[in-house]
Amino acid sequence: MVELHKDNYDQEVIESKGVYLVDFWSDSCEECLELMPEVEALEEEFAGRLAMGKVNIKGNRRLAIREEVRGLPSLLLYRDGDKQAVFSKEFDIADVRAKIQELLGE
Amino acid sequence: MDAVFDTVIIGAGTAGLTAAIYSARAKRKTLVLDRKRPGGMASTTERMENYPGFPGGIHGRELMKRFAEQALEMGAEVVREEVARIESEGDIYVICGAKGGTWRARSVILAPGCEPRKLGIAGEEEFTGKGVSYCATCDAELYEETSVLVIGSGDSAVEEAVYLSRFADEVIMAVVHDEGVLDCNRSMAEEAFANKKLKWLWNRVVVSIDGDDFVTGVTVKHLKTGELETVNCDGVFMFVGTVPQTKFLEGFVDLDRGFIVHNEQMETSRTRVYAAGDSAVTVLRQVVTAASDGAKAAFFADRALCEEEEYRRALAQAGEHYLVYFYTPPVQRSLDAIPEAEAVARKQGIPLVKLDTARFRNVFREFSGTEVPSLFEVTGSRVEKKEFLCS
Ligand SMILES: Cc1cc2nc3c(=O)[nH]c(=O)nc-3n(C[C@H](O)[C@H](O)[C@H](O)COP(=O)(O)OP(=O)(O)OC[C@H]3O[C@@H](n4cnc5c(N)ncnc54)[C@H](O)[C@@H]3O)c2cc1C
Repeated sequence: MVELHKDNYDQEVIESKGVYLVDFWSDSCEECLELMPEVEALEEEFAGRLAMGKVNIKGNRRLAIREEVRGLPSLLLYRDGDKQAVFSKEFDIADVRAKIQELLGE
Repeated sequence: MDAVFDTVIIGAGTAGLTAAIYSARAKRKTLVLDRKRPGGMASTTERMENYPGFPGGIHGRELMKRFAEQALEMGAEVVREEVARIESEGDIYVICGAKGGTWRARSVILAPGCEPRKLGIAGEEEFTGKGVSYCATCDAELYEETSVLVIGSGDSAVEEAVYLSRFADEVIMAVVHDEGVLDCNRSMAEEAFANKKLKWLWNRVVVSIDGDDFVTGVTVKHLKTGELETVNCDGVFMFVGTVPQTKFLEGFVDLDRGFIVHNEQMETSRTRVYAAGDSAVTVLRQVVTAASDGAKAAFFADRALCEEEEYRRALAQAGEHYLVYFYTPPVQRSLDAIPEAEAVARKQGIPLVKLDTARFRNVFREFSGTEVPSLFEVTGSRVEKKEFLCS
């Protein structure tokens, strides 16, 4: 998973082709830490078809706000740089998986 | 068939992990189930200042990590799964997981804790994750240099408001009480009143959370004048108490407004099922009290299991046909009558099993015993009460 921050986000995510999943998290967010292994499992499951990165909001708050993240944890899905879906707070990882499959046309 | 655990604990928060430490240390085969990572509610608390032994305070997550480590060190197993329901099968309880796992247990400790209460006001659900939050440690950093509003005035609300003030420019407190009245403890109130970033709206109730894509403000009503007004803010943090996570226990044990009913031995309305921590009926819901509950629940579970084991051994020796005599030292008459009970057994030529009700409470209950002394004749599965005392 790529460490994303305000200086590489646009190049990595917005200007990329294909499907991109971004995980916004923070050290003090227990739920985020809990979710991380499940997100990493998605990376393995969709290896080669899905790009993935994470943003520690410490030092990247403005980026988070710009991307309209208002609560953690948040997972954002992009296709060809356009935001397609946002999962925040209480969501099921199965729904995220289904959305990835839909975006990949699988 | 799967192995039977001596004790299965539901919930790996403070209460559940403490119960696991005590249970595993008593050499009981112990399993803890939690749908999340071990740690529970206390893991999401930034600073724990009142847990004994840590002057200067300790991070909630750090403290709970140590609880979990200690439970594992003692030999408890921890498995991640949500418990959907519990069934009883003779002397055994079968714990059914939401993902299909099942575990068999001789005793169960219920410690599922509480979750934040939802007010159910307009906009609350719609804007959850879009400006509405129940977790300051999760989201405070996102609200740096903004204005946030806090609903509630209890210990958690005020504590979290002070935490939020380290990030936000302004923390607006919507309080239903008259000016100066908070539901939190006095020292916390003093700290809050001294904090320049906290702004107070007294006698106000929040009637709706407003916004377009995200929260832009709330509508508050003045409780004395009935006047409605809009307050602008970028985020709303809700701390209006907690509710027990006991839906899955409805019909299994007695609940009182959702809290698990128990006696002084932490035992619920079911034999060998105990309650501990925030989800139990109690007056104080803190880490130290949850830990204390967990210790007691595990202690009494172990005692009940010892009782059962000892009773089974006695029965194995007694065979198919025997007498059971219940006595207890505080009732002198029940001690005096022991020779009479022994005489009955001799006359019938069958063994006598003598049980102290203080130690064999569950067995006494199984016999539907109400008075001491009492004598029962057991023939196979048939139990018959005997009148034997001359006086
Ligand atoms: C904001 C805030 C600040 C606080 N500050 C302090 C403080 O400074 N000092 C202090 O002493 N206390 C504090 N407390 C209180 C303290 O956190 C609790 O009293 C304590 O954590 C309760 O522990 P517990 O084990 O009973 O429940 P919890 O810690 O809530 O643990 C219950 C566990 O059960 C699990 N669970 C629930 N249902 C199921 C199910 N069906 N299947 C599987 N698992 C399940 C949950 O996932 C959870 O992990 C605070 C609480 C809050 C909300």
